[in-house]
Amino acid sequence: MLNIKDLYTAVENKKILEGLNLSVNAGEVHAIMGPNGSGKSTLANILAGKDGYQVTQGSVTYEDKNLLELSPEERARKGVFLAFQYPVEIPGVNNIYLLKAALNAIRKHKSEPELDAMEFMSLVKEKMKLVQMNEDLLTRSVNEGFSGGEKKRNEVFQMAILEPKLAILDETDSGLDIDALKIVAEGVNSLRNKERAFILVTHYQRLLNYIKPDYVHVLSKGKIIKSGGPELAIELEEKGYDWIH
Amino acid sequence: MSTNTENFEKLVKKEYEHGFVTDIDADTIPPGLSEEIITFISNKKEEPQWLLDWRLKAYRQWLKMKDPTWAKLDIEHIDYQAISYYSAPKSKEDAPKSLDEVDPKLLETYQKLGIPLDEQKMLSGVAVDAVFDSVSVATTFKQKLADAGVIFCSFSEAVKEHPDLVKQYLGSVVPAADNFFAALNSAVFTDGSFCYIPKGVRCPMELSTYFRINASNTGQFERTLIIADEESHVSYLEGCTAPMRDENQLHAAVVELVALKDAEIKYSTVQNWYPGDENGVGGIYNFVTKRGDCRGDNSKISWTQVETGSAITWKYPSCLLKGNNSIGEFYSVAVTNNYQQADTGTKMIHIGNNTSSTIISKGISARHAQNVYRGLVKISKNANGARNYSQCDSLLMGDQCGAHTFPYIETKNSNAKVEHEATTSKISDDQLFYCLQRGIAEEDAINMIVNGFCKEVFKELPMEFAVEAQKLLGVTLEGAVG
Repeated sequence: MLNIKDLYTAVENKKILEGLNLSVNAGEVHAIMGPNGSGKSTLANILAGKDGYQVTQGSVTYEDKNLLELSPEERARKGVFLAFQYPVEIPGVNNIYLLKAALNAIRKHKSEPELDAMEFMSLVKEKMKLVQMNEDLLTRSVNEGFSGGEKKRNEVFQMAILEPKLAILDETDSGLDIDALKIVAEGVNSLRNKERAFILVTHYQRLLNYIKPDYVHVLSKGKIIKSGGPELAIELEEKGYDWIH
Repeated sequence: MSTNTENFEKLVKKEYEHGFVTDIDADTIPPGLSEEIITFISNKKEEPQWLLDWRLKAYRQWLKMKDPTWAKLDIEHIDYQAISYYSAPKSKEDAPKSLDEVDPKLLETYQKLGIPLDEQKMLSGVAVDAVFDSVSVATTFKQKLADAGVIFCSFSEAVKEHPDLVKQYLGSVVPAADNFFAALNSAVFTDGSFCYIPKGVRCPMELSTYFRINASNTGQFERTLIIADEESHVSYLEGCTAPMRDENQLHAAVVELVALKDAEIKYSTVQNWYPGDENGVGGIYNFVTKRGDCRGDNSKISWTQVETGSAITWKYPSCLLKGNNSIGEFYSVAVTNNYQQADTGTKMIHIGNNTSSTIISKGISARHAQNVYRGLVKISKNANGARNYSQCDSLLMGDQCGAHTFPYIETKNSNAKVEHEATTSKISDDQLFYCLQRGIAEEDAINMIVNGFCKEVFKELPMEFAVEAQKLLGVTLEGAVG
């Protein structure tokens, strides 16, 4: 599904990724771990198409197409979803209004009929349960005045509605207490299936207690220096990142 | 006079070079302003002597006045002698009794503008007093309003049918010589709307007037007077469009509102006159004086405006809070794009005890546009317990536009409570990226963010206006980012 080959990137001429390779197949869950500043969030942002990053070398293919040539909205419509580390507040824009616009843009791209208000609401009611979303968060402005946990839950809720093929979760566990972490993890787990791939970007191992990855990669200084199974995460937790060098 | 009239009627009407133009035999007088012209207008409209005298008095005072220069506006010199001050559709001469008698081309123009004059739209519950080139042509729902005792008619008709009310209230809120543009309007106004809601009546429908500027070189000088008698309630909608054209057109309207004891007036405007092209050529000059007088205790006047059009907007809908416990509100969205300039805001003058006012202003500027909020909150010495809350937010799109806020506060009473908040922000790349990452197209995302920014104002608009306003905002800002 996703193939990253020898990827080099820079922000304002500062090198961030330096020769990153990663291959993700449908149905797999990959955890990308690493110390602060190793390039984890950069990787997530580049895959989603955020402005401001220069790709100086390498390639990223997604479903056999050059991902880097697509605009952010095209990527989203083709099934790439980023759960933001810091979800943005948009005052005055109704949370589910944005979500309905997003879902219908994606459905339109797939030549599926747009959902009307009734159909959409029944979908919302069904998916809300996955992350135990509080109903009043639906009609509030996007992320405005949400607690850290509510914002992250809202991201997973959006993911549940939009049903992406490739979901990238950028530090979704940060700022969550243990109960919220469990809820978010259960939400993610319920969305796992054979067609859908996940990339979990995380600093800590604790998320992986609840979402069991197929692969764990350690990112350091812009490239993956070690890959393994779930046991690698536990080893990292015990020994720290320095142990790998 | 009669030879003059003939000469006037011989005048050839210029054709538009752009936009859709209704080919109607307009009855236009030559450019210029003088006591003769004013007398001609007054005679043409068969006005009583007192009104002619009032006009002439205003004109003589206007001659001594100068254009205001304090606003942050760059205005080209206006030659007031180059403007024609009267233009009426010919069909007025035959006095249409119903829509069937109205020139079909006129109706067609209204339909292009989406004005609900036809049978089907009458069902939508909006009474329309449509102003086409200064003279009202058709009024609907008269009967239903008449049953409730509400008077809603053209200003000319009010002068003929309800002279006492007009005489009592005309100029009582905005005096003839209030300011340069108000004095000009008082001298030459040709028509407008009049509305009287009797004591204890809740107006059974929203009253709506659509304006349209059509004839070339003809300034529009509308006069609106709304009187809400004790314990009455009215919601009034004003919406405007203008065809594409190249020359600057002057528009100087005056709106006066009077709310007596326990009465409430809600006045909503969506203004989308031609703003000029993307190089700043053409567009309407919109110099409007709007003022509401909360004359009685517990009265309330609420202004809501969405200003997206005009090359230049100079407009400060204000409230005089004379009655005890009276309330004034001002909700505004002003959008400027390309080379548009807007200097707009409000004045809240607290005179009575326990008066309160709320000001919510949202300014949006894109490309090279300049957007100014200018407001005055004045608490007079005897206004005990007065309260004001002001919030002025500006949104910038691009880095060549400007937003400016000039909030003036004058408090002569120490127990007044005045709060002011102001913010300026840009549409953030992060907000935009968030929407794009969810699959939403850039234009839609911008629309969504901008409409979100304006939500506090839009929610004050009647439903159908709110929908129109949102669409308008999208059209106005098309392609402004990116």
